[in-house]
Amino acid sequence: MEEIFGIPTPLLFGQLLLGLINGAFYALLSLGLAVIFGMLNVINFTHGAQFMMGAFVAWMLLNYLGIGYWWALILAPLIVGLTGVILERTMIARLYKLDHLYGLLLTFGVGLIIEGLFRNEFGSSGMPYRIPPELQGAWDLGFMFMPIYRGWVVVVAIVMCLATWLVIEKTKIGSYLRAATENPALVQAFGINVPRMMTLTYGAGVALAAFAGVLAAPIYSVNPQMGANLIIIVFAVVVIGGMGSILGSVITGFGLGVVEGLTKVFYPEASSTVIFVVMAIVLLARPAGLFGRS
Amino acid sequence: MAAPGGFSGTDFKQEEGVFLGFTKAQLLAFIAMVAFIVISPFFLYPVFLMKLLCFALFACAFNLLIGYVGLLSFGHAAYFGMGGYLAGHAAKVWGFSPELSILIGGAVGAALGLVIGWIAIRRQGIYFAMITLAFAQMVYFFCVQAPFTGGEDGIQSIPRGALFGIFDLRSDMAMYWMTAGIFLIGFLLVHRIVHSPFGMVLKSIRENEPRATSLGYRTDDYKLVAFILSAGLAGVAGGLKSIVFGIATLTDVFWTMSGEVVLMSLVGGLGTIFGPVVGAAVIITMQNYLAEFGAWVTVIQGVIFVLCVLAFRRGVVGEIGNWLRVRL
Repeated sequence: MEEIFGIPTPLLFGQLLLGLINGAFYALLSLGLAVIFGMLNVINFTHGAQFMMGAFVAWMLLNYLGIGYWWALILAPLIVGLTGVILERTMIARLYKLDHLYGLLLTFGVGLIIEGLFRNEFGSSGMPYRIPPELQGAWDLGFMFMPIYRGWVVVVAIVMCLATWLVIEKTKIGSYLRAATENPALVQAFGINVPRMMTLTYGAGVALAAFAGVLAAPIYSVNPQMGANLIIIVFAVVVIGGMGSILGSVITGFGLGVVEGLTKVFYPEASSTVIFVVMAIVLLARPAGLFGRS
Repeated sequence: MAAPGGFSGTDFKQEEGVFLGFTKAQLLAFIAMVAFIVISPFFLYPVFLMKLLCFALFACAFNLLIGYVGLLSFGHAAYFGMGGYLAGHAAKVWGFSPELSILIGGAVGAALGLVIGWIAIRRQGIYFAMITLAFAQMVYFFCVQAPFTGGEDGIQSIPRGALFGIFDLRSDMAMYWMTAGIFLIGFLLVHRIVHSPFGMVLKSIRENEPRATSLGYRTDDYKLVAFILSAGLAGVAGGLKSIVFGIATLTDVFWTMSGEVVLMSLVGGLGTIFGPVVGAAVIITMQNYLAEFGAWVTVIQGVIFVLCVLAFRRGVVGEIGNWLRVRL
């Protein structure tokens, strides 16, 4: 068997792929957080719960209505995004004039409610979600076997991140968004409905989280806690990357996923803490984050 | 910090302290609290009351940061839980007396607070909350793996021992009086810190940090010392809890515990001296009665969070104080 640095290549590449997949979720989730934070100045603690809802909605669509993966990929983000719109309109919008920490506390509370409700309904043990038949099987890449679904997740996540970046940087609505992030009062004065943009931004960020949840459903078991533990790592990712730049959070997300995967190969004991160590180092060297503006 | 409904609660005109820096209203409330602590074990289950006091101390420690420095730490479970583990380890493996074990718990909390606080105070507001949360999760993962914590089982059958090697604490009443004593010392310590010149500087940082800096205060140093004090007291509370219950587990370092202490302070009233105590009483009592409903407890806690933030930002004590036009 071939080896690199004394590590069998299939193991190394296997962990690299796992790292890339985790990185895909870090990127998608931190992207949504960054977009929401840029516009609303609220750090969305419900993000993990909304990610979990995405997976559950996909599961429910399949098991209650017989709607499969491909439609779920579109419907689940729409449904969960709609709940996000309602949440923003009824609750979060009341807090914009207050200290930003209240937004954090509110969304934390909403996250607890959602998680508790799902745990009551479905219990804590996970439920399986089958990989769609089109994406089953694996490719033999010569140096390793690559399950098709995992490759699909990485590719779709990259496409989705790039699409989000394109919308924000290259379209008219994206330019409104960027302008409103800089100076909402001025943009409002130009006759653009800023409150509605905030609502839609929140909905879009939430939909992105739900999309990630659907992608995750066949990989992780669908369970009520799947978002809560992930989101804390995503917070660390966000601190490391800084929330200033869209591409920055995408690169940071994938990069940290790979770092985590490599740590699993070379020093497994530290794999669950390595991202937090990176966060500490970044905070000491560059408190604003790698891509952040202070 | 935005002015309307900032994180400070309501500040009325600075009244002269009549006793120990307490205003008249605070003194009355303090006497009522002490009276409750003295009388209640004869009517209520002492173990329940001890749990309440441990969490009240924990919430007071947390409130020192959020209420008086304006720093929202979302990772206070780390100091609470690690304090609990180390106190338990000291009492069980090293055979230390309970008061020494609890002090070790406090020292560990403070040391951890020094390291985490030193890094975290580089950022403010929302980032500060996320960083403290992330570090607490790191501590949690450490506790899952470290051999001395016992992993999923935790440290079990920690002996209560004898206070100063003399007073046997195996009876619940003896343990209760010690718990009450430690709680009162901790409570008065927080009160003293808040009303010291040091505490005044902390409040000025909360209100307007750039201005405090311009007056020549090294605000980062003040914030760090406040963080260490808060973490140390949280460690004491955690140590006390593991001595009382004879067990230290992963629950106490998990992020849900960090959320609970935020909730207690929020329900009671941020930036009020008595708020965290009342908040802890409300939440612990609720958990006690709803324990059989499982995940509904989480739902109800979430609902309370939402209600407090949307409609009830002053908390119980803050509302009462506002109604009576006094500072509590």
